[in-house]
Amino acid sequence: MTTAGDADVHAFLLLLRDEALAQADAVDAAVAQGRDPGPLAGVPVALKDNLCTRGVPTTCGSKILDGWHPPYDATVVEQLRAAGAIALGKTNMDEFAMGSSTENSAFGPTRNPRDTDRVPGGSSGGSAAAVAAGFTPISLGSDTGGSIRQPAALCGVVGMKPTYGRVSRYGLVAFASSLDQIGPFATTVDDAALLFDVLAGHDPLDSTSLQAPSPSTAPNVGDGVEGVRVGLCADLIEGCAPDVAAQVYAAAEALAAAGAKIDEIRVPEFAYGLSAYYLIAPAEASSNLARYDGVRYGLRVDADDAAAMNTATRTAGFGAEVKRRIMLGTYALSAGYYDAYYAQAQRVRTMVMQAFDRAYLSVDVLLGATAPTTAFALGAKIDDPMAMYMNDVCTIPSNLSGHPAISVPFGVGTDGLPVGIQVLAPALEEALLFRVAAAVEAAAPK
Amino acid sequence: MSDSDGLTRDDVIHVAKLARLALSDDEVDTFTAQLRTILDHAADVAALDLAHLEPSSRPIPIENVLRPDEPRPSLDRAEVLAAAPSVEDNRFRVPRIGGEGP
Repeated sequence: MTTAGDADVHAFLLLLRDEALAQADAVDAAVAQGRDPGPLAGVPVALKDNLCTRGVPTTCGSKILDGWHPPYDATVVEQLRAAGAIALGKTNMDEFAMGSSTENSAFGPTRNPRDTDRVPGGSSGGSAAAVAAGFTPISLGSDTGGSIRQPAALCGVVGMKPTYGRVSRYGLVAFASSLDQIGPFATTVDDAALLFDVLAGHDPLDSTSLQAPSPSTAPNVGDGVEGVRVGLCADLIEGCAPDVAAQVYAAAEALAAAGAKIDEIRVPEFAYGLSAYYLIAPAEASSNLARYDGVRYGLRVDADDAAAMNTATRTAGFGAEVKRRIMLGTYALSAGYYDAYYAQAQRVRTMVMQAFDRAYLSVDVLLGATAPTTAFALGAKIDDPMAMYMNDVCTIPSNLSGHPAISVPFGVGTDGLPVGIQVLAPALEEALLFRVAAAVEAAAPK
Repeated sequence: MSDSDGLTRDDVIHVAKLARLALSDDEVDTFTAQLRTILDHAADVAALDLAHLEPSSRPIPIENVLRPDEPRPSLDRAEVLAAAPSVEDNRFRVPRIGGEGP
């Protein structure tokens, strides 16, 4: 394992060299003593820097937490340790997970390993790039509006968002609590399933954690798609660049050749998802980020009274995109606007959930693009927030509904950059999701 | 707050104050323009007739989760206070509270 070359990519904010070597020694010792070292024994894993790691800096890509050491580990961090995995480091991200390019990091962007003039996507750009660059075989990200799947597509790796509640959010620094989920990046669907199986399951420390145990998915990933009804969803294709759409159609043909039944399906309600998300997520964020006030942790900018100290701290510590979303969220929740914006967006959420339920009466999974284009140039969209938000148009519906979804690399665009195919499945159907993803992967152009 | 023209500079100044953010005049201008564009997009949501639908605050049905009222160790106090900007007598120390506007 090496991170030579991270100077060009900047996937990592922090390398845990000594800790990783110590963990590797511990795995060796367990093996030597005949103890089970765990299903991920000795496997390096990179962690998005919004995952709390006790005693180890966790910045969330923000100056406001620069130098903060969490006093506890996230549940997923403990699960990885118990599985014998080696935490390699903390990866770069858009500040507080707000962004689609990792350009909103307070510590400089991450570059796409496939073309270092391009973005890796976001907000989990560092975790995606670390796998794409070969620095680590697996990594963890978080996905609120597409922040695992979209960078996976842009970097040419596998990235998956579980059903909401499948993976504990304890120790994931909250952005939008009804949307956030932790999920795996990997180079293969098999590895993503293995990592998902380690993480999935009930956690009493997360009150939104699903009670039901999560059945293993990895053993059945290769079971094939014979008879699976695939809904080729025009609403997840039509807004995309033609070279991206071409790969989705090719993936559909490949699934048909593998025995799936392909039907075209329309879910027009998806079109409202973007607007609803950009009211719900900032509203939840405005509440979740109120805690960064200079009192208990992180940056403090002193002032004569507490309120002035809060303001000075937050003004100095937050970047522009975070400020924008906090203000947008505060406005959407404010008296006089709550019903027209926030409550209405929640009704759109209900509409999207019902639309998914109707779709899944006639198909088993949905197929579409993950991102509307291949990776764009650094700086190309950073001054146009709306253009940046449009990157999430295909991924947002699954966050609103809480359903699992995955991006699988399949072919390239006209610029030679990776395209990601997105598979969506009903709640709790991760096993089916991985099977279909594996069939797409098996047919991908080499 | 005004309604007829959409989001105004005064609205941005107001929400910034609620959110404890200080903005320069240039920032107020920039953010006002950007937020107006975003809210214009959200107008398609505001215009929908969805009165027949209940708002969903989360994607899964959820019940309040309780555990037995048994004391158990919490975070290590020294470790928590070590991360604090200012500590006195095992407490978080802050500048004087008071003299704040509404």
